[in-house]
Amino acid sequence: MSETAIPGVKHCFQLKSASVSMTALELYFFDDGEFESTLRDKISQAPGFFKDIPLIISLEKYEGLSSELDFFKIIGTCRRYSIHVIGVRGGNDDQRRLARGASLALLPGGNQRDREIDTVPEAETTGAADSPTPARVESHREPAPAKIINQPVRSGQQVYAPAGDLIVLAPVQAGAEVLAAGNVHVYGPLRGRALAGIHGSEHARVFCQSLEAELVSIAGHYKISEDLQDNGWKTAVQIQLRDDLLVVTPLEKA
Amino acid sequence: MARIIVVTSGKGGVGKTTTSASISTGLAKRGHKTVVIDFDVGLRNLDLIMNCERRVVYDFVNVIQGEATLNQALIRDKRVDTLYILPASQTREKEALTKEGVEKVINELSERFDYIVCDSPAGIEHGALMALYYADEAVVVTNPEVSSVRDSDRILGILQSKSRRAEMGQDPVKEHLLLTRYNPDRVNRGEMLSVADVEEILAIPLLGVIPESQIVLNASNQGLPVILEEDSDAGQAYEDAVARLLGEEREHRFMSSQKKGFFSRMFKGG
Repeated sequence: MSETAIPGVKHCFQLKSASVSMTALELYFFDDGEFESTLRDKISQAPGFFKDIPLIISLEKYEGLSSELDFFKIIGTCRRYSIHVIGVRGGNDDQRRLARGASLALLPGGNQRDREIDTVPEAETTGAADSPTPARVESHREPAPAKIINQPVRSGQQVYAPAGDLIVLAPVQAGAEVLAAGNVHVYGPLRGRALAGIHGSEHARVFCQSLEAELVSIAGHYKISEDLQDNGWKTAVQIQLRDDLLVVTPLEKA
Repeated sequence: MARIIVVTSGKGGVGKTTTSASISTGLAKRGHKTVVIDFDVGLRNLDLIMNCERRVVYDFVNVIQGEATLNQALIRDKRVDTLYILPASQTREKEALTKEGVEKVINELSERFDYIVCDSPAGIEHGALMALYYADEAVVVTNPEVSSVRDSDRILGILQSKSRRAEMGQDPVKEHLLLTRYNPDRVNRGEMLSVADVEEILAIPLLGVIPESQIVLNASNQGLPVILEEDSDAGQAYEDAVARLLGEEREHRFMSSQKKGFFSRMFKGG
């Protein structure tokens, strides 16, 4: 029996899996003076947005010398602007050793999707509205492509879209399972299990032509067939998460 | 090169061996050189239905293991002379069917025959996987009930992912739905799934509907492929299925209740 399951004993804490959206600073090279002036410039565009945020340093596009990487300087500079550097992502062994020396957390590199930060809250942007072209933190990137399946997904099969949406142009049969980091679209009957937002995206949705599912889950919140029967069963619906509850609404014909 | 057709279902007892016997006989009757292989090692049945159980000397596993030649193991059918049977071994395990061994036998048969019909064992284990691995076409035998449909769906998924055609990235295995033990009266009473229901769920083309019939059972017991019962509805339904398998267009029959005769209408009210 796991410790958390012992009744009557209240532990000091409990570990839970958490998925947090964070800002990454993609570093191309490091020069103390230039770093600070660029940072100051960015912050001046939306001062409130950057106050007390956690930041990770992404080294995946770092082109400078490893020896030039002074994490203590980076941390110090950021700290002066109330930004908390908590870790690094990517980088080679030398760079990661330096980061560890500066007590930074090490995050695995990879092809995580980063959105450019030009979606600063509206109230913040008004202050910088007179700047004609808002500077961009990162170069433009394509969104993760949707995975498209033309064949029926049969009992016992599993289809997984690890980054973007999953689009199935055929039935998803009973005993089959479809999973996506983003939305799940089924342009046929959904008879199996559909899991959207599997990395925790609570905005993900499930769309289907006929809801006959064994299970529908969004960001870990799920409903089984029994609980889905009363609303929209065997009709075209979308399912989304509202206040931690799965809500089924009909797809209106346009 | 022969066309390789697997008769499969996932679920047991739905009529795979009956169908293998009738389809292979039907192909052979039309003059195509045909061989039917029993992949159900350890539970062989095909030889009984083909009425050649007393002529089995060597079997499929003997050939794979080099203990007999193909010529020694092949049994020529007594009714249709372009039809041969390669029986299964009753005493071995299914693991005796190695991928390389099966490939060697199939390649050799491929040079001599027009059609190779593989009678799959039930389940999704090794024997069934070997039976479907080399297939060009699949006849998925399904009864009109939920668990059989579910198992057929499973086997269709395996055909798409684990067959040689899938692994080599060639054109997919051509799938056919054969609905057996169909009883329109029970469908009308809501006790069975209808043809439309099964087609809708499985979403593959319908090869034929074989009506539930005492004749099928009698023929099996006598060691006669039911397709040779030419006056019976089941025999004709198999004949139609073979024609469609060869690309002919034929209207589907035996899908609705038979019209009652004048007298039964008079006396039973209808």
